[in-house]
Amino acid sequence: MNAGAARALTSSGLHNHFELFGLVPAFALDLEALERSYREIQSRVHPDRFAQAGDAERRASLQWTTRVNEAYRTLQDPVQRGKHILDLRGVDVAFETNTQMPTDFLLQQLALREELESAVSRKDAPALDRLRADLSQSKKALESQIGIAIDANQDYAGAADLVRKLMFLDRMHAEIVQAYEEVE
Amino acid sequence: MALLQISEPSMAAAPHEHRLAVGIDLGTTNSLVATVRSGATTVLPDSLGRPLLPSIVRYHPDGKVDVGFAAQARQAADPRNTIVSVKRFMGRGLKDVAHVENAPYDFVDAPGMVQIRTAAGVKSPVEVSAEILKVLKSRAELSLGGALSGAVITVPAYFDDAQRQATKDAGKLAGLNVLRLLNEPTAAAIAYGLENASEGVYAVYDLGGGTFDISILKLSRGVFEVIATSGDSMLGGDDFDQRVFCWAVEQAKLPPLGARDMRLLQMKAREAKEYLTFHGEAPITAKLSSGELVDLTIDTETFCSISQTLVQKTLGPVRKALRDAGLTIEDIKGVVMVGGATRMPQVQRAVGEFFRRDPLNNLDPDKVVALGAAMQANVLAGNKPEGEDWLLLDVIPLSLGIETMGGLAEKIIPRNTTIPAAKAQEFTTFKDGQTAMTFHVLQGERELVSDCRSLARFELKGIPPMAAGAARIRVSFQVDADGLLSVSAQEKSTGAQASITVKPSYGLADADIERMLRESFEHAREDVHARALAEYRVEAQRLLEATRSALDADRNLLTPEESSAIENAMQALQKLLPETDHRAIKNATDALNRATDEFAARRMDQGIRRALAGKKIGSF
Repeated sequence: MNAGAARALTSSGLHNHFELFGLVPAFALDLEALERSYREIQSRVHPDRFAQAGDAERRASLQWTTRVNEAYRTLQDPVQRGKHILDLRGVDVAFETNTQMPTDFLLQQLALREELESAVSRKDAPALDRLRADLSQSKKALESQIGIAIDANQDYAGAADLVRKLMFLDRMHAEIVQAYEEVE
Repeated sequence: MALLQISEPSMAAAPHEHRLAVGIDLGTTNSLVATVRSGATTVLPDSLGRPLLPSIVRYHPDGKVDVGFAAQARQAADPRNTIVSVKRFMGRGLKDVAHVENAPYDFVDAPGMVQIRTAAGVKSPVEVSAEILKVLKSRAELSLGGALSGAVITVPAYFDDAQRQATKDAGKLAGLNVLRLLNEPTAAAIAYGLENASEGVYAVYDLGGGTFDISILKLSRGVFEVIATSGDSMLGGDDFDQRVFCWAVEQAKLPPLGARDMRLLQMKAREAKEYLTFHGEAPITAKLSSGELVDLTIDTETFCSISQTLVQKTLGPVRKALRDAGLTIEDIKGVVMVGGATRMPQVQRAVGEFFRRDPLNNLDPDKVVALGAAMQANVLAGNKPEGEDWLLLDVIPLSLGIETMGGLAEKIIPRNTTIPAAKAQEFTTFKDGQTAMTFHVLQGERELVSDCRSLARFELKGIPPMAAGAARIRVSFQVDADGLLSVSAQEKSTGAQASITVKPSYGLADADIERMLRESFEHAREDVHARALAEYRVEAQRLLEATRSALDADRNLLTPEESSAIENAMQALQKLLPETDHRAIKNATDALNRATDEFAARRMDQGIRRALAGKKIGSF
């Protein structure tokens, strides 16, 4: 861990989302345990429970629920979960600044994008379905690689590269979902 | 043992006290009020036993107002002063309103929200809606025999921030304590889910008079979790009437119609549509003011063909919601049909074909939303039924964002985020020495600012002059449990903090509401101070009660000094209660609130620790 990252960790008071849910930080997360814990906490802090309470409790409830929702959303999403673990380990995934990717990966992405454009221009919804299914497969494969890198090998730098790749696939996925609106 | 302590002491009502709370379905065509009475949820009818109140308001020149059937009966005779489907105008500018040319009103284009000039003066949709709510409020108070402690009002899930804020304002204007704005499909899911003890993923298809919603919910062990929602806030049963109306005009080769004839023929079109639900054909007969007689017959086939595109239009959002939820139709366990417009056979058929299963119709589609809202109101009022410990997790329907360089919208909180939610983003200055920055808050999915709904513009002033790009302005979005947004901005890089918090601008300020109340005919003679005093007393009593039960349960979280500080604040407030100085009561209430700040935070921490303890015991 470098000094800069360590400083960022302490000064920003980074929340450990896993701790909030009483879970051990791991990329391969038991999503059902997460959901159980989330619901258990929500059932205690949600504003619906404090509709008749004083302002102080209602404010505390709003803040807690907001935080719990944010933490849940982060841990549910593989890219955000990966980024969060790496943040906790002092490794910056640097989505914004580090856009260098291996050439073969980029070529693959370009090819996918061309396929998408052609499916849109043909108004071919089944082609979009296929693209989406293929992409889901690739995402799953990548997620299990990230799980191994983080949980088994503690190879955080390597994991950061994989998380960045996964983020590319997520963006691609969002574009496919958006494309349905042009096709339908 | 921690695992068993599910109920929080502060939420439970004092023993033997049942607070009167209602759920209100403020619909485009009809409105209803429902309540939970001795454990049973029922719609409250009017004195003639009619459950529905037509959402129609007629203004007389002397300021008298008719609401419901009386207004409905005169709508063709007095179309300009009789407002129907006012929900379509809530939180909308003139340019946003569909079919303006077919609405017989004298519209006034006001900033933010369109208004209507009537015989009783210019009225905003908020005021018109408040008239409907007032009638439902007094109906409920008469029927329940006491003042209401609060109400849950439903809104279409796809309503944006402006439309939600307008609805909440209408509630306040009607003198209601709005406990929560609840999404209509979610309300329906509560009623349906609790009635049938359902588990699994359900779709709620809600086609009302003027709006369409589709929500995908996961129901499990007392949690109603909305996974995704979509819809069209400008599509509903009214549009089917409109198609029949246009067909009739075309068939009868009618010239452009006056306001009265237009309203008459629209009524006939609606009647024909409703008749076609149970019959193969329907007559459309009307005598126009020219003396000309319109005498047509429309059959089911024609009706289906002229309305087919409308039915198809609902399926786009359905597909989108499924995709957003990451689900396919195989994952859906049932489709609940809500809203009067789902009675149309072609709608039932299209939904059945799409989901490849028969839709669920076992609750009255007109009443199910009000029933669900009443159940939620009952819980929020603190009348929590024994053993009925359910929780609702809802989402925002449309992304919230901010305008960035080049007229592009940057999303800050994406659609389908569970509420309450907050997100902050940092921005910086563009020019050297820049001391002010303008923000434009947007809602919508499109990239171009011009395609999104503009919610607010505000300016942060007093930024210390520095080089371009050096200032750090943190913009925070907070969406509350009603789905309502507030935005704040703060300059972070220097000690001198410039900061601002805004509510989007179309919402009425509390002062506006007070003014409207004072101006309104009914309240003119009422003493505004007496009203304020009564409200502050209720608020003070509620807080005293909540604090007392919090102390009873968790005094161990406080040092003796802290505990006596709170007791002192309580005593001070208690002593002021019989007095008539409403400001003093308000100040003492605020003081007690401040005194319990830390206590509230500790109780919340304890709640979470207990939740985790419970989970661990439960999962091993």
